[in-house]
Amino acid sequence: MAYQPPKQGLAGQVFDVITLLVLTVGALYLPLYLGFAGAAKTPNPIANPTWEALGQNATEAKQWAAIGITDPAAANDIITARFDYSFSWAPLIVMAVLVIGYFVLVVRLSDREYREVIEERFDPKRR
Amino acid sequence: MANVTATAPATERLQLLRVLGPAHIWALGVGIVLVGEYMGWNFSVGKGGMIAGLAACWVAGLLYTCVAMIDSKVTSTIAAAGGQYAQAKHIVGPLMAFNVGLFLVMAYTMLEAANAITVGYLLDTVAGMMGHTGLNQKPFIILSIMFLAWLNFRGVLATLTFNLVITAIAFLAIIALFVSVQLGASAVPMDFSAITTSPLPYGWIGIVAALHFGLWYYLGIEGTCQAAEEVRSPARSLPYGTMAGIMTLLIAATMTWYVCSGLLPWEYLGQAGTPLFDAARVTGNTGLMVLLFVGTMFSTLASANGCINDASRAWFSMGRDRYLPSWFGAVHPVYRTPYRSIVFLVPIALIFALGAPLDQVVTFSILSGLLGYTFMTFNMVMFRRKWPLDTIKRGYVHPLHPLPVIVLLTLCAAAYFAVFLGYGTQLSAMMCFYIVASLWFHFRRYRFVRRGDQFTMPWPKPLGY
Repeated sequence: MAYQPPKQGLAGQVFDVITLLVLTVGALYLPLYLGFAGAAKTPNPIANPTWEALGQNATEAKQWAAIGITDPAAANDIITARFDYSFSWAPLIVMAVLVIGYFVLVVRLSDREYREVIEERFDPKRR
Repeated sequence: MANVTATAPATERLQLLRVLGPAHIWALGVGIVLVGEYMGWNFSVGKGGMIAGLAACWVAGLLYTCVAMIDSKVTSTIAAAGGQYAQAKHIVGPLMAFNVGLFLVMAYTMLEAANAITVGYLLDTVAGMMGHTGLNQKPFIILSIMFLAWLNFRGVLATLTFNLVITAIAFLAIIALFVSVQLGASAVPMDFSAITTSPLPYGWIGIVAALHFGLWYYLGIEGTCQAAEEVRSPARSLPYGTMAGIMTLLIAATMTWYVCSGLLPWEYLGQAGTPLFDAARVTGNTGLMVLLFVGTMFSTLASANGCINDASRAWFSMGRDRYLPSWFGAVHPVYRTPYRSIVFLVPIALIFALGAPLDQVVTFSILSGLLGYTFMTFNMVMFRRKWPLDTIKRGYVHPLHPLPVIVLLTLCAAAYFAVFLGYGTQLSAMMCFYIVASLWFHFRRYRFVRRGDQFTMPWPKPLGY
């Protein structure tokens, strides 16, 4: 006998929809909104900036002017901003475990479900 | 298009017409992806410098070549609409399929949000050039998403056809800019001195870091396989069309890098919202500025439109299979569109378009794509193990197996590390999201799924089961 799933009522469906919304916004948007996440790029502005001091040649200064930035001070933050790529191994290992663990979890749980699918699909008594 | 099947009710599913050839597949792939040349890719220059940006462009091209080879092989055998989602259902299992569906929805919805942000930013820039500084971008972002959602709600076939035309214009705009600059149309000369004065501002690690946004050049090309059910000869058209698409994008990406790197200081380019339009501004040529403005608008709107279409179909398919509440599996009685899925995804796109910076939204989209490419590697291995070469007829057998799988997995690992450099928190947030969603599916949602219905291909029983 094939598996007969229960019929889900309206309240249950609404609950699941809200769960998905909360999950999406909570896990992805909230860290951004609260400032926990963001590119680790920080400006290191120099004092009394000139195009030369900012490492820009005459052609590059013309290019800045053509996009509307004629004052070197206005470009100071953009030019001096850098990512910080220094990292310790612990967060990297945690990250690797998280990614690999996620795929292992999904494949193992999927396999359990897949066996039920194959059993029902290929066993004539259960169809 | 590929989604005709999805829009038909389960009880009266229509057969799709097999009318598409390699050229259609090429147009479909390039059409989805071209916006990647107009925005987003340039953050790779910001993460590693000019040389790193170019290296990322080519390495990402290699990654997507592997993706195309693997995807063409599996899809030419599982020639069903839904692409990777259908593959996961038949090869790995329902939970994997649920995750692949989520990858598609998140990648496309975040791309849609990124497109809307770019529209707002572009209009703000143009308004500033005309003396109206401080334009409020939000109404334009909301309007873009709502208008395109409405178009999709009403029926999308004509819109998608129109998409191909405006994508072609956007593609020609890139070539026109490149040729014009070569012929001396720019008032400011090209300058590549940063290649010698600041070749690798972050050292070699910058090249790895740049791979993160290098993916943006091609992200979505695997969407060609969504049309597998409508292709005349999947064995020929899918690999040819997809590979031709990647070659086209590789050339366009290199031209884009060349023009933008020559006309814009790399520090500016690395954080620009609309790099090609900015490059046109630097030329001082009004005709080029108008052309690249049109190109940017067309490519973003076409992409956003395609994203709403694809994301809502993936969401709808999961509703129809009961992976999500079956309420989402409804088809509009008049327009025959998955209207509830379209409407449900609108607020999610709006939240991110209105409240998150472009690079963060792009990162979420890239991460979902990256998880999908990682899935392809073990999916391919499992496919070969469960159905060895002589057990089922394959439309196309890619050469050198398992080399593409090994190369793809290696490049995916490098790309995760690239995202970790500078955007580690987003990577953690994304992984937590997918882990919790997976647990929710397995322990709550799966009981509503009909087991036997998840396997529909006329194949023998897989080995080992």
